[in-house]
Amino acid sequence: MTTLTRKDFSSDQEVRWCPGCGDYAILATMQRTLPALGIPKENIVFVSGIGCAARFPYYMNTYGFHTIHGRAPTIATGLKITRPELSVWIATGDGDALSIGANHLLHVLRRNVDVKILLFNNEIYGLTKGQYSPTSEKGKITKTSPAGSRDNPINPLAFALTAGATFVARCIDTDAKNLQAVITAAAQHKGAAIIEILQNCNIFNDGAFAEFADKAVRNERVRYLQDTDHDTTNFDAAYLLSQHAYPEHAVPMGILYQAETPTYDATFSSQSEKSGDLKDLLRKGYVWEIK
Amino acid sequence: MKKTINILFAGDSGDGMQVTGMQFTNTAAIFGHDVQSLPDFPAEIRAPAGTLPGVSGMQITFSENTIHAPADTLDVLIAMNPAALIVNLPNLKPNGIIILNEDSFKAKDLQKARLDSHPLEDGKLQGYQTFPIPLTQLTLNAIGEHGLTHSQAGRSKNMFALGLVYWLFDKTYDETVNWLENKYQQQAALVQANQAALKAGYNFALTSELFAEQYPLAKAKLPPGTYRQINGNEAFALAFAAVAHQSQQKVLVSGYPITPASTVLHDAAQLAAHNVDVFQAEDEIAAMGATIGAAYGGSLAMTVTSGPGLDLKGEGIGLAVMTELPMVIIDVQRAGPSTGMPTKPEQTDLLQAIFGRHGECPLPVLAPKSAGDCFNMLLEASQIAINYMTPVIILSDSYLATGAEPWRLPDVATLPILKPNFAKNIPDFKPYQRDENLARPWAVPGTAGLEHRIGGLEKEKETGDVCYDPQNHADMVALRAKKIEHVARDYAPLSILGEGEADVLVIGWGSTHGAILTAAQQLQAAGSAVHYLHLRHLFPLHNDLGDVLTGYKKVVVAELNQGQLTWLLRAKYLKDVQCISKVSGKPFLVSELVEKIKAQCHDNINA
Ligand SMILES: Cc1ncc(C[n+]2csc(CCOP(=O)(O)OP(=O)(O)O)c2C)c(N)n1
Ligand code: SF4
Repeated sequence: MTTLTRKDFSSDQEVRWCPGCGDYAILATMQRTLPALGIPKENIVFVSGIGCAARFPYYMNTYGFHTIHGRAPTIATGLKITRPELSVWIATGDGDALSIGANHLLHVLRRNVDVKILLFNNEIYGLTKGQYSPTSEKGKITKTSPAGSRDNPINPLAFALTAGATFVARCIDTDAKNLQAVITAAAQHKGAAIIEILQNCNIFNDGAFAEFADKAVRNERVRYLQDTDHDTTNFDAAYLLSQHAYPEHAVPMGILYQAETPTYDATFSSQSEKSGDLKDLLRKGYVWEIK
Repeated sequence: MKKTINILFAGDSGDGMQVTGMQFTNTAAIFGHDVQSLPDFPAEIRAPAGTLPGVSGMQITFSENTIHAPADTLDVLIAMNPAALIVNLPNLKPNGIIILNEDSFKAKDLQKARLDSHPLEDGKLQGYQTFPIPLTQLTLNAIGEHGLTHSQAGRSKNMFALGLVYWLFDKTYDETVNWLENKYQQQAALVQANQAALKAGYNFALTSELFAEQYPLAKAKLPPGTYRQINGNEAFALAFAAVAHQSQQKVLVSGYPITPASTVLHDAAQLAAHNVDVFQAEDEIAAMGATIGAAYGGSLAMTVTSGPGLDLKGEGIGLAVMTELPMVIIDVQRAGPSTGMPTKPEQTDLLQAIFGRHGECPLPVLAPKSAGDCFNMLLEASQIAINYMTPVIILSDSYLATGAEPWRLPDVATLPILKPNFAKNIPDFKPYQRDENLARPWAVPGTAGLEHRIGGLEKEKETGDVCYDPQNHADMVALRAKKIEHVARDYAPLSILGEGEADVLVIGWGSTHGAILTAAQQLQAAGSAVHYLHLRHLFPLHNDLGDVLTGYKKVVVAELNQGQLTWLLRAKYLKDVQCISKVSGKPFLVSELVEKIKAQCHDNINA
């Protein structure tokens, strides 16, 4: 087998995010990580909803499906249950995943469909030009909330854990090393994996995570879970970590939780060894002859 | 008595009327009659026993002729309680037979049915042949020694009633005796008790000389073959298995429970051994998404829903049209809008199916004409879907969903072969390059060398790259429309029913076929020059339809809505089409159609 390189995963489409957007770094890390995973390119599918983040599949030279707002998990589920051999990735924003699509996100996680979810969290709606999102902090001033938003934010990690995700992690867009390690682990995980990627939208929410994510302060304010003695099989510990926020706590990065349970798609399809006879099926029950 | 009999078994949900009705249906069918059966469930799941909303029934029309619709009025009414009697009495024809369970016509039963006086005494039943029979007591007498509890034993009274009716129509009870043996295999006491009740009912009718005469009917002249009873929802499920068989592909059926579509899911869930998988999604949006994902992955994908679910699927259907993926969406229509009347039939989703999405979003819309036709139509829809790479909507309704008819089993060897044409090894592959049908290739993930991206954004004509060029968009809109227009090239020729010349053409679509056909036949038999055309393809319409319409002075569409097909025909053909409309949650009666056609067309009918 020929070894693939980063270039093999770059499509011929011009990347059209705003200059300086965190999405570029995530794309580059993904393109750099995939070749090492040994998955044939044709077996990789990126499914996305709608949003800036959701443009991701266009830029990957794999199979890709840019679908409708919030519904990527449903389409990925349909694909994966009929084609379990495929490596299915979902690229989604915080609005896409946690507003319009929160219901589907919940269900794809609790079913443990073997899909990998990249949740680009920029705590804002990028594509629709800067309204508050379900992860925006309360009081956020935006075009639709000039007096500050009234909504309490969703905590994506806590949501994923309680929904029953079997792999829950967090990364920062610019921290390529950590992101690469987590993407690799997610790819190898059997089951629904979700990675919250803190992503800077330099146009509508610049510096949302700067306090702890900037290179200059990152090492003191972030806790890298793989470097500590955190037990990723301990749900309670993971849940506690999901509540940790700066400045009260160092912000956890890496894999919070991982569990092995049967995947939905592995048991979904009931293809039997010997398939039933159609003639017999049609004749089942009460039949009679007319001569 | 006439050659077609319409009989209704009515009682409480707990009286076993559906079972009794099914047994009678099967016996009549096996005997060689043509049969149409129609269950009538109460709207509430658990309306209190004995009350008017709690009445549950099963109506069976059986005949020595070929029939296409249940009869309008009842010849025989079996009423297990006063509520069942009062609710259905208006439908009984003059001098019709009433068999009622005298034991459940006590003061408290009358009260539950809100009756101030006893119907046997107050003259309400004058003009009918009424047979009050203590069904409960006679049943208890008959099966006393089988060791059942009092209430268990009392429940067998439905079998006693069935035995009576078997004698009345000169049928044997053998089929039901066998059925009881299979049904209660492990419970010998139940088998014996029910069989005893059945036979006691038959013998009681025989020896008591209760009825002056029997009403034997001759066999109907049905085409030879193997038959079974089928309703529309069962037919869809069997068709899923047929699609899997004829395509050698897995079929994924996605759905979210909704009346009256749910039983399609129930039946499909039994078909695992036939390569049919069922995905119960979290809602209709997800069911639609899963259908799209499965189609993208190369499965034959179907989703089943009813009105409100179709609303939710709209955005997903738009994506499927835009990405040109093959799939079938079944809408078992029910009365709306909103939650409407979930168990009652209407044909009010036609325009929604054709136009109910934003943007120019065309797709084929088909409607089966009978329960058995649901089977054929799903195969046809699957073929269109894969030949033209398009979602297809099938419009059934709650009447087809539950109404059953004898279905001649198709010869599996003659079913259409479905050949999904998966793209492979295409040099210089482009995701939106087109074949002679204007269909794009079905290039599924996992195929090396064909990696590509699709999505809902407008795309450049062949490469599929996102493209907002105005002319390109105009071309793509036209192209998607043209592709769907091409579907009409494959339709079977229109078949118009009626001899000789006529000025009047009656048009129908969907489940009303049987009633309109029967009405047209009655008018023709009475000497009226009326032709009838049934449309199975609602979008695109048949290429010859315009010419056909021009040939008639008067065109009337009969439909269970306020004139949706009528609108379409007027708009498309600029013809002064008239409508016979009914939107009451009830199917057409043949007699009302005959009257309305006569009234609308009196100037043009030469009778
Ligand atoms: C049904 C529907 N509603 C609304 C929209 C508009 N819309 C597109 S993307 C989006 C929000 C995107 O925000 P997010 O998911 O956070 O992604 P980002 O753009 O920030 O990456 C909205 C509201 C749509 N496309 N479809
Ligand atoms: S709007 Fe924000 S998220 Fe969208 S591309 Fe621009 S910077 Fe990135």
